[in-house]
Amino acid sequence: MKTFIVIAAHNEEKTIGKVIDDLKKHNYSNIIVVDDFSKDRTREIAERKKVAVLHHFLNRGQGAALATGNEYALRNNADIIVHFDGDGQMDVNEIRGMIAPIIEGRADITIGSRFLSKKSKIPFGKMLILLIGRIYLRLFYGVKLTDSQCGFRAMSRKAAQMIEIRQDKMEHASEILIEVFKKRIKYREIPVTIKYTKYSTKHTHHGKFHLWSGIKIAFKIMLKRLMK
Amino acid sequence: MEIIQYLLVLFVLFALSRAYLRFKERKIKIKEFIFWLLVWVFAIITVLVPSTAGNLSKILGIGRPADLIIYLAIILLFYLIFRAYVFIDSVEEKITKIVREVAIQRKKKK
Repeated sequence: MKTFIVIAAHNEEKTIGKVIDDLKKHNYSNIIVVDDFSKDRTREIAERKKVAVLHHFLNRGQGAALATGNEYALRNNADIIVHFDGDGQMDVNEIRGMIAPIIEGRADITIGSRFLSKKSKIPFGKMLILLIGRIYLRLFYGVKLTDSQCGFRAMSRKAAQMIEIRQDKMEHASEILIEVFKKRIKYREIPVTIKYTKYSTKHTHHGKFHLWSGIKIAFKIMLKRLMK
Repeated sequence: MEIIQYLLVLFVLFALSRAYLRFKERKIKIKEFIFWLLVWVFAIITVLVPSTAGNLSKILGIGRPADLIIYLAIILLFYLIFRAYVFIDSVEEKITKIVREVAIQRKKKK
């Protein structure tokens, strides 16, 4: 089974090197870093680590970067694709648990959940917004999951081909879940631990996820589906 | 006829000619042309026979004729904004596709 790890990176020079080293230490050799037009040394650092680096010549957002990684992995005969963050929030040890159900054929996509394990210390404000997001997706799209915004996921080749990521920005997380339920892809939720470090909450999208962006996400999802 | 009526009629004719030219160039579809035709024909009728708006607003139960015009204008504007949003979104999607393909092709060459 050829497993690809896709990292969408935007200005992650401080953490990307360590994340790649960690992945290599755990014998993940097919690593794709999609540099989404970073203004720092992200691209340079990733290239020096001898992993596949794809470079967006314009900033297109995390969703677009992940879709680029998926496309590249599929063209290189990936059997399993894992979405992983470049900011050091996720635990490399947990990848094994994410891909196991796919290898065993029990699921085509596994979705990380911060709520199934009690180890993630989610800031209260964020927890509230995640809850609203969860209710929204449940009511409108029948998505029955505990965590609607987790970026940690693994999918089989089949699932990656079926899921169309059209939302370029943060809306892709919800979009993928809606696709999973609409196309009846076999899913499984896996408890994951997300570390909320000072760096990750200050320097990445995770910190910026406020109520307003939540409303914007809901609005964009509805509009995009209206347009189809 | 008042001066404002001449000016408005001229403007509407200008707008109609634009829509017709777009249609002849096949830049817009027949449905869109008919839509614009209806909008501007309604506009010209209300300009020339102001009582039309009065009668229509009475039928619809809207107090003042001017209110009816404002309501219609707002609905039209909302619709146009939505259309513009859809257009921008499809352009954005195309840009992403180009950026993606370039990223993948460049990687292959190395």
